[in-house]
Amino acid sequence: MRIRSMAWIAGLLALGQAAWAATEMSVQIKSGQIRSTPSYLGQVLATVEYGARVEVLQQRGDWMEVQAAGAPKGWMHSSALTKKKVVLASGSEDVRTGTSGEELALAGKGFNKEVEAEFKQQNPSVDFKWVDWMEKTRFTIDDLTAFLKAGGVKSAEGGAQ
Amino acid sequence: MKKMLFPVAVALLAAAWWTGCGETVKVAGQLGAAVGVATGSMTTNQAASLIRSTEAVAKTFEDITPEQEYYIGRAVAATILNKYKPYSNEEAHRYLNLLGQSLALASTKPETFGGYHFLILDSNEINAFAAPGGLILVTRGMLRCCRSEDALASVLAHEIGHVQNQHGLKAIKQGRLTSALTILAVESAKSFGSEDLAELTSAFEGSITDITGTLMNSGYARGQERDADKGAVKILEQVGYGPQALVDMLEQMEQKLKPGGLDFAKTHPDPEDRIRDIRGWIGSAPERAEPAARQARFEKAMQGI
Repeated sequence: MRIRSMAWIAGLLALGQAAWAATEMSVQIKSGQIRSTPSYLGQVLATVEYGARVEVLQQRGDWMEVQAAGAPKGWMHSSALTKKKVVLASGSEDVRTGTSGEELALAGKGFNKEVEAEFKQQNPSVDFKWVDWMEKTRFTIDDLTAFLKAGGVKSAEGGAQ
Repeated sequence: MKKMLFPVAVALLAAAWWTGCGETVKVAGQLGAAVGVATGSMTTNQAASLIRSTEAVAKTFEDITPEQEYYIGRAVAATILNKYKPYSNEEAHRYLNLLGQSLALASTKPETFGGYHFLILDSNEINAFAAPGGLILVTRGMLRCCRSEDALASVLAHEIGHVQNQHGLKAIKQGRLTSALTILAVESAKSFGSEDLAELTSAFEGSITDITGTLMNSGYARGQERDADKGAVKILEQVGYGPQALVDMLEQMEQKLKPGGLDFAKTHPDPEDRIRDIRGWIGSAPERAEPAARQARFEKAMQGI
């Protein structure tokens, strides 16, 4: 029994080290953008969806050069990425095989659309209409750059970084 | 059964080991559970419940995913909007969002799950609220404290400072997190039942109450306000606005705030204290003359305010 357990530990530790060595990360926002340079001024080369896995090739400041399946190599801001594996479906292989909870982020679990619907039902006076409305206001980087330029706003580093 | 659980407990132990630091509580609990089962002093059910509870203790707001933060933020904003009406002025909103979203790019957390969005509240109170994830609400009374685009930028940058530091999530009481995250930890392998949904919704409601209570009544801790101001100065400098404008805005606010008022006066430190701190960080930066075009567009957008 003891020998078998030791083998278990050894096996798992080896697996753990392999997991550390891999530099894969997941997109943790609704939709991420891969840019040509490590800056918001870089051209958008591709978009990657929530939960998509990317391989990190290098890091420069807050930016990471990534390779996603079916997309050209490019840069993403680190706040869009997590080291956790984002699992999109409950009962998926990763969850069943018992990967540590700290390494998983379960998409659509916990406080989610379903919980919001339940909350709305219990608090009918709370209206989400204006929240939905404000979320629609979304500008592109080009809009923002033009806005700053028109106002003569210049950073020491030469624009929005 | 005993034989089956032991490798599982060992696996959990090993898993906890390789996830790194901050795991002491959890590891101790799992170790206890594994030893308990191995020595026969504990049933497998008891062991499972020990693992469950210690795992929950180790949970913090950091385990809330950006997606969950997004749903919390939506409900917080909706709850605040239940008390205040939005100000209907499309041009002012367009301007506010162009400015706010430009500033958010320079934050330490430019990419939140649903992005940064800004709304004006039709109220004479001097107030501003940052819901988790980047939904930021500012009253007309607060906008009237701003004499320039730079000053308005400083108000929005301060609120972005709260978002990037996740101050809203930190206002959630630990008990609610424990309850919600325990359901998640235990039920992750299957779909939620209606009981779980009810328990989660109750934890969700409680979290919204904790956050809105902090935003509207008790206010953040002095240190958190200082961090938001510090974050604001960095954002302003990086984008190219004068951080001195934050001081200018606070001076205006100081003149307008009514002592004992139910707004910023209640939830924020005295502007004078904040000014002293900010001056310490930025030194005696000269007041920059803003380009005429910038001032003109600011005045145009704020016409009805």
